[in-house]
Amino acid sequence: MTVSSNGIAKNDGKPTSTFFKSFFSFLITFILMFLSWLVLSGKFEPLLLWLGGISSFLVAYYFYDLLFPALETGYVKIFFRFVQYCPWLIWEIIKANFHLLYLSFHPRMKELIDPHIITFKSNLKSDIAITTLANSITLTPGTITVTADSDGVFKVHAIDRESAEALPGIMLEKVARIFGEEI
Amino acid sequence: MDILVILLLLIGLLFFLGGAVGIIRMPDFYSRLHPAGKLDTLGILAMVMGLALYNLHHFSLESLLLSIKMFLIVFFVFLASPTATHSIVDAGMRAGLRHWTKKKRKV
Amino acid sequence: MNIFFLSVALGLCFLMLFSMYRTLFGPTVLDRLIGVNAIGSKTVILLLLIGFLYERIDMFVDIALAYAFLNFIAVLAASRYFHKRKGLYEESFMD
Repeated sequence: MTVSSNGIAKNDGKPTSTFFKSFFSFLITFILMFLSWLVLSGKFEPLLLWLGGISSFLVAYYFYDLLFPALETGYVKIFFRFVQYCPWLIWEIIKANFHLLYLSFHPRMKELIDPHIITFKSNLKSDIAITTLANSITLTPGTITVTADSDGVFKVHAIDRESAEALPGIMLEKVARIFGEEI
Repeated sequence: MDILVILLLLIGLLFFLGGAVGIIRMPDFYSRLHPAGKLDTLGILAMVMGLALYNLHHFSLESLLLSIKMFLIVFFVFLASPTATHSIVDAGMRAGLRHWTKKKRKV
Repeated sequence: MNIFFLSVALGLCFLMLFSMYRTLFGPTVLDRLIGVNAIGSKTVILLLLIGFLYERIDMFVDIALAYAFLNFIAVLAASRYFHKRKGLYEESFMD
């Protein structure tokens, strides 16, 4: 069993639980691969379905520990909380995009923008939480993540003071609540 | 229905126009990344929403699968665009580019 | 509706010329990379529109998906390649 770098895998003691965990991650990888085969091919003849089943079985058999290195029941909760997070993120992206649109059409743009780099520290531990926060910051216009290391230190390039003030407030809270970590 | 499609396509075109103008007008490499990476992402979202809606006029299983495939493009772009932006910024940082700031003439 | 799609596609081509300016005359290499990235993300939509115009959207949506993948990989590889090249970036400001 692969031990993930974020320290989720703790009880490697029993071989049976290890077997079940690998089996479930294999099953989920297989289902994901087969669904994407169905969407991408779009034909439902029996021969093509068999070919898709065989190839996604091979992929899932060899690479089951890539997508979900240590599967636990917490992943289901994380998935649902992530789905709840998505509409807020899209609304935030749209709101901030209009700000950037106004900024780039403004005739005296160089007086409005004020690029600078801010640094803040967060207590996020796991890799996926840090990646989600970094990608969310980059997707929200006005701010780009420059560096994000595994200690949770973020350097963010912001284009004006207004979009820099929003960090690291409510977005960090929401991401930390998704992955069940303290801020 | 058609009006909604036209509206969505025009909104996407507006975002693309903002991105293109922003790329030309911004003073600095770092600040050029802001319109390039993100106005284009939202433009793709709006235009693909319009095109997928137009595709669903004659509703069947195939057109539904095609619309799902189009949204697969959007999903991939939403994953890939921050990564590409971050990679370009990282290359700029390592090459030692300074970022543009307002000139404060205190002399 | 076809006429509208054609005019939107022509508008996208016109916007590509804007980004082409940054690709041709960008002061640094990374500016050119930004221009290439912007052109690629417009090309994805352009391929979808061409698919609607020729009524072969089932084929062109695959091409657009593959183009999005290729664009991402090209930008990633190019920015890795220009990682530590000092001296390429003398004049990065445009006053």
